[in-house]
Amino acid sequence: MTNIKRTPLADVHETLGARMVEFAGFWMPVSYGGIIEEHLAVRERVGLFDVSHMGEFIVSGARAREFVNQIITNDCSKLEPGAIQYTAMCCENGTVVDDLLVSAIDGDRLMLVVNASNIDKDWEHIAGFDRPGGVEIENASDGFALLAVQGPKCREVLHSSPLFDGLKQQIDKIPYYRGFTFEHDGSEIFVSRTGYTGELGFEIFLPSVKAVTYWNEILRTGSDFGIKPIGLGARDTLRFEASYCLYGHELDENTSPLEAGLGWVVKLKKEQFCGIDALRAEKKNGPARTLVGFELEGRNIARQGYAVLTDGVAVGHVTSGAFAPALAKSLCMALIKRDNKNQERMFEIEIRNKKVPAKLTPLPFYKSRSK
Amino acid sequence: MDFDTMRFSKEHEWVKVDNGSDVVTVGITDYASGELGDIVYIEFPETGQEVKISEPMGTIEAVKTVADLFSPVTGTVKEVNGAVNDDPGIVNQSPYGEGWFVKIEMSDKSELEGLMGKAEYDRMVGKE
Repeated sequence: MTNIKRTPLADVHETLGARMVEFAGFWMPVSYGGIIEEHLAVRERVGLFDVSHMGEFIVSGARAREFVNQIITNDCSKLEPGAIQYTAMCCENGTVVDDLLVSAIDGDRLMLVVNASNIDKDWEHIAGFDRPGGVEIENASDGFALLAVQGPKCREVLHSSPLFDGLKQQIDKIPYYRGFTFEHDGSEIFVSRTGYTGELGFEIFLPSVKAVTYWNEILRTGSDFGIKPIGLGARDTLRFEASYCLYGHELDENTSPLEAGLGWVVKLKKEQFCGIDALRAEKKNGPARTLVGFELEGRNIARQGYAVLTDGVAVGHVTSGAFAPALAKSLCMALIKRDNKNQERMFEIEIRNKKVPAKLTPLPFYKSRSK
Repeated sequence: MDFDTMRFSKEHEWVKVDNGSDVVTVGITDYASGELGDIVYIEFPETGQEVKISEPMGTIEAVKTVADLFSPVTGTVKEVNGAVNDDPGIVNQSPYGEGWFVKIEMSDKSELEGLMGKAEYDRMVGKE
């Protein structure tokens, strides 16, 4: 076993009695009490997540956008300071290396936020591209902590904390997928209105040394609003209900962003990006598979890898499944052969030698009123 | 909780013996429910179904995982606890009480001898 990394908050999680597991090389909390309870706390009130395992790469220089734009499928050439973009980056064959956020911290600095499990692979991928003059890249993952405050009460929690004094206007006004920086004790902190829960929420990028202070303070002031610390278990069920892709489930190097329903972040009119030729060809013929949602009969859970059948023939596989806590239904996402996507068709999911009827249901499964 | 009247299987089921009756109550241990995490659905055997010691008689769906439900004894299922599927959370809250699973009429009571007492079971899970 290689060394398991600890986020700056690992001790705090252990003290809170979290159930800890190794995830993507990090020692992370799965849950502090129960996953369902934590899930509902975020849907109904507010939750605090330590997601410091996520990777952060800083790309700096006047031509930073030009550099990143040749790597990602989305178009960041006009990303204004404070603007954030969700994107995929692909291999030459058009399959997904990772999905990530590109945040324009300011005029000549971009932050790429990547999945923890892909930090090393992504870094190698990005370092393989030619850099225009003056562009520097830094893997700043170890220096950053990342907290997420998510749920309809998140604004109130931040307003009530002295750590966010003087930021009320910005917290209230900041649009979805925008961020702002502020200084605290000489450190730069980036707050963005982003998240992975489907609720109104903020993510706070801060130096590792400040993580414990911010965590404790947000939990303290959040207690008036019923805040709970939330582990990776509920993070997964929340993103699943909101039908966000998770790398290793809906996305991988065998899947194209067009198949996974991410066509909206694939800008084929761009002059060039890694994978553009393959994706243009795929778009022309239509992707072979498509990501769909199913509602299952009964309460068995369709888990990753289970076969999707129609007329007894396998037409795809489950990418993620759960008993959705806020919807109280057994749901799954699946990649199926595209020509089988037909509302009239009957489907079955093979759950341990049992064929469970399933019907197509639109994605996302859950849409918040608060976001 | 009167653990003296209970026996435990290595698959983490408990068996409660009611005063010399052939019908025993079966559930999963606190340790097992903790390891599984939030339980969302139990696929029970049918009433009247014959079950065999150490063989699967159903499945337990938890948020993060699925596990076989093993029968700790051989016999016939007399009753299943329907309340569990109305609120599976009671298995996590009260694994030895409200969260019981099934009642089984044993066909061979000597099987109880092969199961563990509480102290022995605790030692086993301590070692796992």
